[in-house]
Amino acid sequence: MLRILASALFFLLAHTAFDSPANAEGLADALSGFAKGSYAKTVDALAAVAASGDERAVDIVRALKDKRLYYTKADGKVYIKDDSDTLIDAATGEPFTGEGPFGLKQVRVNNRVRGAIEAALGTLNLLAPDPARRLSAAEAVFKSRDADSLSAIDTALSKETDPAIKRVLEQARAAIVIADKEATEEDQLAAVATIAGRGDEDARGILTTLPDDMPEAVGKAAQKAIAAIDQRLAMWSAAQNVWYGISLGSVLLLAAIGLAITFGVMGVINMAHGEMVMLGAYTTFVVQEAIRTSAPELFDYSLAIAIPLAFLVSGAAGFLIERLIIRWLYGRPLETLLATWGLSLILQQAVRTFFGANNRQVGNPSWMSGAFDVGHLTITYNRLWIVVFALAVFAVLNVILKATPFGLQMRAVTQNRRMAASMGIRTPWVDAFTFALGSGIAGMAGVALSQIDNVSPNLGQGYIIDSFMVVVFGGVGNLWGTLAGALTLGVANKFLEPYAGAVVAKILVLVFIILFIQKRPRGLFALQGRAVES
Amino acid sequence: MTATMLKGLSRGAFPIVVVLVALAVIVPILHLWVPPGHALHIPTYAVALFGKYLTYALLAVALNLVWGYCGILSLGHGAFFALGGYAMGMYLMRQIGARGVYANPILPDFMVFLNWKELPWFWYGFDSFFYAALMVVLIPGLLALVFGWFAFRSRVTGVYLSIITQALTYALLLAFFRNNFGFGGNNGLTDFKDILGFDIQSNATRSALFAATAIALALGVLVTAAIVRSKFGKVLVAVRDAESRTRFLGYRVEHVKLFAFVVSACMAGIAGALYVPQVGIINPSEFAPANSIEVVIWTAVGGRATLAGPIIGAVLVNLAKSYFTAAFPAAWLFLLGGLFVAVTLFLPRGILGSLSQGFGIVVARHRAVFAEKGMSPPHEPSDEPAPAASESHASPAAPARLQTAPAE
Repeated sequence: MLRILASALFFLLAHTAFDSPANAEGLADALSGFAKGSYAKTVDALAAVAASGDERAVDIVRALKDKRLYYTKADGKVYIKDDSDTLIDAATGEPFTGEGPFGLKQVRVNNRVRGAIEAALGTLNLLAPDPARRLSAAEAVFKSRDADSLSAIDTALSKETDPAIKRVLEQARAAIVIADKEATEEDQLAAVATIAGRGDEDARGILTTLPDDMPEAVGKAAQKAIAAIDQRLAMWSAAQNVWYGISLGSVLLLAAIGLAITFGVMGVINMAHGEMVMLGAYTTFVVQEAIRTSAPELFDYSLAIAIPLAFLVSGAAGFLIERLIIRWLYGRPLETLLATWGLSLILQQAVRTFFGANNRQVGNPSWMSGAFDVGHLTITYNRLWIVVFALAVFAVLNVILKATPFGLQMRAVTQNRRMAASMGIRTPWVDAFTFALGSGIAGMAGVALSQIDNVSPNLGQGYIIDSFMVVVFGGVGNLWGTLAGALTLGVANKFLEPYAGAVVAKILVLVFIILFIQKRPRGLFALQGRAVES
Repeated sequence: MTATMLKGLSRGAFPIVVVLVALAVIVPILHLWVPPGHALHIPTYAVALFGKYLTYALLAVALNLVWGYCGILSLGHGAFFALGGYAMGMYLMRQIGARGVYANPILPDFMVFLNWKELPWFWYGFDSFFYAALMVVLIPGLLALVFGWFAFRSRVTGVYLSIITQALTYALLLAFFRNNFGFGGNNGLTDFKDILGFDIQSNATRSALFAATAIALALGVLVTAAIVRSKFGKVLVAVRDAESRTRFLGYRVEHVKLFAFVVSACMAGIAGALYVPQVGIINPSEFAPANSIEVVIWTAVGGRATLAGPIIGAVLVNLAKSYFTAAFPAAWLFLLGGLFVAVTLFLPRGILGSLSQGFGIVVARHRAVFAEKGMSPPHEPSDEPAPAASESHASPAAPARLQTAPAE
């Protein structure tokens, strides 16, 4: 049955596309073209083989490509020499046994034949059993717009059942039709509509490179389609910028939120905040190392283990810093800034001494690697999880501040320290635990950042200025301000990047913040209350 | 002006100026005319090294003017230093002329390398030393004027100001790292040949640069002393200790701060300009925020709001840095970090401040003894307007003091 169908196909193809003598005897006859020793006949034979639909066709064309195809002049038989140098009859797939064959010659290949080989492979792929290969072959035809593939596309269209592949095939067909001088205006209009439906850069490329002598209606339709595609593309690129911006913003939020708490409640500028982030990242590294050596099957849970540990490690470090250094410096914010800067140097050097100055390898668990597409947008899982994580941390922190006794005390101290003290709140302990909380959150941020950044002793330094900008921009003592500040700066940065480049975008954002502070020295969401007047 | 400067000379500044001028004379003599084998000979590397330290000292003196006497903690003074350095570097680049690798008489090598055809407009004029010298002062001064005008006018104070000055130098760092910005990008400006026609590597030029740096430092101390001892200086200190009160007394606090900030930036620019020919390179890493913070620690170690403190601090810390980064590279950051913590915790007035405080106690006892004996003590007016004790607030639990005045 297949034979007959393939022969019929070839018959059809031979007439429409290749203008070669009709031959209805199937693969064996198609193969005889290879035995003629002329390039033109070889090309014809290739097309015939490709169109035959026989499952051996791919092997034959591959063999020709690799110069493993031989023929004998005497009986016109064609053989494939396989890797172990045994000859296989191309028509039947049986290994050749016995004496001979005599007068074996290689089927020669020149540039024209090579082109035909690629086209034949493309056609064969269009009919391949594997849907992924069919799809990529259809895409390839769409990009090449090779008029010779038209018949193959039609064949494939008639057989295709997968709607997604069918759509691409139709688009590929339209791309060929639209360039075809002999196609009717109606067909061309339909083709423009089909291509416009694709709506990406490639479609736009095809429509903009149409020749000038198109019928007027087609030209107009193409112009309209281009405008529509442009609008669509602009929308997608805006969506992409927003997504990247949110992704960057969530990283900033994670890095800055702990800082916002310590700065907001205690008015303390913690320059060692970045190092708390770094400690969290190194905690992740240590956890993963331990898992690798003792229990590799737990690797996917490494982050779940690292997050509370990082919180504890950085939180404890923060608690110690507050008790040992910062509490002696209250009321002297500038000195606090200097002392914590010194601390950051010490912590960096300590980590460098202990873990080495090089980047440390922190792996992505399986559920954080990979990506998926939404329309024209590619979203990687690690970025997505970081956004989710940042928002979760934000939400939990809000609950702590609003719904726990500790949060109540913290807010009281933020708004009016003396009054809070008079009401019996132990402000020094609130300070210490607030600092520990802020540092612990920085540690958790470090776990997240270890997934997208290099884990090195300098990890924290890269984020410290950005985090300050977020806090200063968003306003002190207000978590929503931090959220708004982080997302605004993230999105603004990513929107500026395509026009100005990454570095200039960053400079522009810094300049913008410097100017913004002129207008609102207390940030976007200024804190109301006595603290402002102190 | 001269009169005020001389008045400045009369008190604490006098010994410093004498020491610096003596250094400016003696070091070149010992370097150039004492034969190398001699015990008193100063080798070339030492002249270059201490010349560099003195430029750092001038930078610290500049910072001290705003931080020590006016309470503005600038974490971006390295930016003014580097801008002055770049202005000098541009002059030195133009002096190379056709001796560069690409032998282009006009364009510096890196521009030829980037395939630039003509000199960018902002490089015009830098073939003249006087124009470059003007720019050394003018560009940091203008930046400080514009930046300070915006910042002080809207009453950005305390840590907020510190952070945006840090953002300023960070933004400049990023900008100067770019190749198309026109300042040599990552590599900066280097391979200098001569300055004012003298070979920049020769011993005589090095000695001259050292002497010039010492003199500039002496002038910097004089200017600081003149400002601090003038009536204006009293207002400056008043702004530091009680900004709102000074404002309510009718002083234009913004103008006072702006003046000090601009003068300080110009000084930092001059320091940078003297730094570049002595180290032979200027690159964007000079803008790194870490550098600017290091300047703060020099000043703090030596003693802020003292005339000699910043000089002593800059030289001591950098000596230690040179020693430790060579001998125990890993230990240096521990030490520097520890210095930050220790000085802020235990020595908030710095070495000199603590010494003079101790001296003050001795004098007070001395006087008390005289008073007991019924004699009038020798008149000894307190010299330095040291930082007021009120700055470390009475209540240790008070929140950060972010000075603001009620909204207008």
